[in-house]
Amino acid sequence: MEMPSPNPAILARKSRLVERLAKVLPADAVIEDEAETRAYECDALTAYKCPPLLAVLPRSTQEVSDVLRICHEEGVPVVPRGAGTSLAGGALPTADCVILGVARMNDVLETDYANRTIRVQTGRTNLSVSGAVEEEDFFYAPDPSSQLACAIAGNIAMNSGGAHCLKYGVTTNNLMGVTMVMMDGTVVEIGGAHLDAGGLDLLGVICGSEGQLGVVTEATLRILRKPEGARPVLIGYDSNEVAGACVSDIIKAGVLPVAIEFMDRPCIEACEAFAKAGYPMCEALLIIEVEGSEAEIDHQLRLITDIARSHNPVELREATDSDEAARIWLGRKSAFGAMGQINDYMCLDGTIPVTSLPHVLRRIGEMSKEFGLAVANVFHAGDGNMHPLILFDANKPGDLETCEAFGAEILKLCVEVGGCLTGEHGVGIEKRDLMLHQYRPADIEAQLRVKDVFDPKWLLNPAKVFPLSTTQSRRAPAMAAE
Amino acid sequence: MTPQSEAELADIIAAAKGPISIRGGGTRGSSGEGDPLSVAGLSGVTLYEPGALTLVVQAGTPVEEVKKILAGENQRLAFEPMDHRGLLGTQGLPTMGGVFAANTSGPRRIQSGAARDFLLGVRFVDGRGDVLSNGGRVMKNVTGYDLVKLMAGAYGTLGVLSELSLKVLPKAEACGTVAVDVADLATAVAAMSVALGSPYDVTGAAYDPDAGTVFIRVEGFETSVAYRGEALLQALAKFGEARMTLGEGAALWEGIRDVAAFHDKPGDVWRISVKPSDAIVLAQTLGATALQFDWGGGLIWALMEEGTDLRARMNVPGHATLVRASAQTRGAIARFQPEPAPLAAISAGLRAQFDPRAILNPGLMG
Repeated sequence: MEMPSPNPAILARKSRLVERLAKVLPADAVIEDEAETRAYECDALTAYKCPPLLAVLPRSTQEVSDVLRICHEEGVPVVPRGAGTSLAGGALPTADCVILGVARMNDVLETDYANRTIRVQTGRTNLSVSGAVEEEDFFYAPDPSSQLACAIAGNIAMNSGGAHCLKYGVTTNNLMGVTMVMMDGTVVEIGGAHLDAGGLDLLGVICGSEGQLGVVTEATLRILRKPEGARPVLIGYDSNEVAGACVSDIIKAGVLPVAIEFMDRPCIEACEAFAKAGYPMCEALLIIEVEGSEAEIDHQLRLITDIARSHNPVELREATDSDEAARIWLGRKSAFGAMGQINDYMCLDGTIPVTSLPHVLRRIGEMSKEFGLAVANVFHAGDGNMHPLILFDANKPGDLETCEAFGAEILKLCVEVGGCLTGEHGVGIEKRDLMLHQYRPADIEAQLRVKDVFDPKWLLNPAKVFPLSTTQSRRAPAMAAE
Repeated sequence: MTPQSEAELADIIAAAKGPISIRGGGTRGSSGEGDPLSVAGLSGVTLYEPGALTLVVQAGTPVEEVKKILAGENQRLAFEPMDHRGLLGTQGLPTMGGVFAANTSGPRRIQSGAARDFLLGVRFVDGRGDVLSNGGRVMKNVTGYDLVKLMAGAYGTLGVLSELSLKVLPKAEACGTVAVDVADLATAVAAMSVALGSPYDVTGAAYDPDAGTVFIRVEGFETSVAYRGEALLQALAKFGEARMTLGEGAALWEGIRDVAAFHDKPGDVWRISVKPSDAIVLAQTLGATALQFDWGGGLIWALMEEGTDLRARMNVPGHATLVRASAQTRGAIARFQPEPAPLAAISAGLRAQFDPRAILNPGLMG
């Protein structure tokens, strides 16, 4: 993956930059030592690494504003970083950039149960937002699988989803307001504890902009009362087509489960070997979870199992207690760990119309043979968000490149059938060069014009999201100015 | 001008010499000054996949037509778009483009989300006359910037919508309403807060001060509605005399959605969005002729004496839109809440990028 070469003029001015930043930040908040900046050389897309020029760890919106103002004046690119869990390289540095980490900003500023909101600093982790309101039986709905580690800042940047978004939506549907610092240091307040911020929907375009429009330091999030209970059912089929038809029939019947997870045979086998959850060996496994009171759960599960039976499942297992429920989820929740034990893997997240599922799984199987790399599929079936896991050997020369080429073909296929390149991980650098498969040049240009408004000098995370060739002329002036 | 295709729409905008006033059905009274341009000619369903909960329609498609098609598969527009005709005394057929251009949502917004939360993809023509697209027709999509949200609620000022992809949801099998007679607004907001903070998945929470009644709606499977309605009845009994009605709630909630209480009543109509608990202090200072409350108190409809600048009386965070007013009042008071300077600069910057000649509903939003 190509990254722009560092600007020597910036590298030469490192000491001046450190000096200026040290005046506005506490001593331990400016990291310049090469042994220490290495900690920020990559995110969860570990195939690509580059230590930044500097890293800074501000503690307040004011400090973030000071840092950005100085970097703006000095013409230095800034790469914002939440917890560094991006699978797409969203927080990958360049050698001439300042990493702006929000990890030290993790306070809960206000919990308001009467109005069902929480206000947090964005360095706070996703799970600890729910943790902060748990005592009153509330929770924050978006639940990316990295929720133990990932920060709200990154969730907003990538518009993160999760397993339960079929019912509760993704980050953008649960974000009510932000405090954001613009690249020139200006602090703006958008939205708040009221619904639907006035004027243009700036909140909507900021959410998912991958840290390219501003640095969000505080967020007002919607919190919800926990349901009375939840219970899964496990259903096995001997073909992907039938499993897909079952999902479609359930949705058409008016049942809206909170989660519908789908695993194919390679994934079932790997999970079973790893977690021994007692999964049946079959072509396709569905885990469907519903919520409500005991009676409501019984009623919904009866509707679901009636439909499932009409498709002749090879296995149908209802959880009768919490132990059984946990066992049903056990394999699925350990899918990534199971894959990691077998091999290195790359996880994609293209989304497809659910009706294209059988076709896409068949094509992925064929491509797996063509490229000579195994692939396992686990995905959110209710919303078509795939997660093909391509297995490769990082120590084998050429294997990563083959894996990336295979991944690119899968994503192109997702677009071809009417879907998109990424459903929840973001574009970052990983899918950057595929953007022209989804969007025409004019559609890309329209997006670049939005960044022109928020960050006219193109200093915020400039080498991400869009193919470098499409942003060259915009990034060039920032370089030339040095 | 009534183009019959997206290409024709693009040609008209590219060739335009002056301001264009964009309209769908023209029922929401929110077209700007200029040559009238109707998108009603761009009509019809392009794609409907009930099993995938997705629908793709041309922007000029009447809302009624879409509702009918969805009802055939037992599905609906869950965000419950308001029909402005009764309140504004307008004629014509509301269109899907109008619904999304105005980000129009109803009582269910508190539970299911706003119109913008259901919009998956757009095609539109910008002020240059270029056809652009963003998003798609899948429910999870973070590929590039979300211009879909930006277009929703932009009232055509960034581009004229030509095609919309949206998420639809199953229709509820049953509906139940718990009505509670309360002493005052503070009690009403407290009761609605308890209902919305319960695990019973409330899909409507409104208060009619004239009747002194709070209405709480639950929807879903029949047995579940009965169960949750009963649970709410018990939880809310401490706020006043409470009763439950099962079924037959459609007319009541349509009335709340469309602010039926203000139809045919003279005066300006304002729509205010605030933090629900702030409604209590705000209501005291407004000096309104009449008030109606939705969204647990967070959405306030105020009937005001003509020409009153309600914003001067706002003492809490939030924003107010002047929805109905005479031409004279319009000349003196802006339709939308003015933005703080840094946000106004961003909005103006975005308009300059998407509509460099400032011809699309100019001045409508600022």
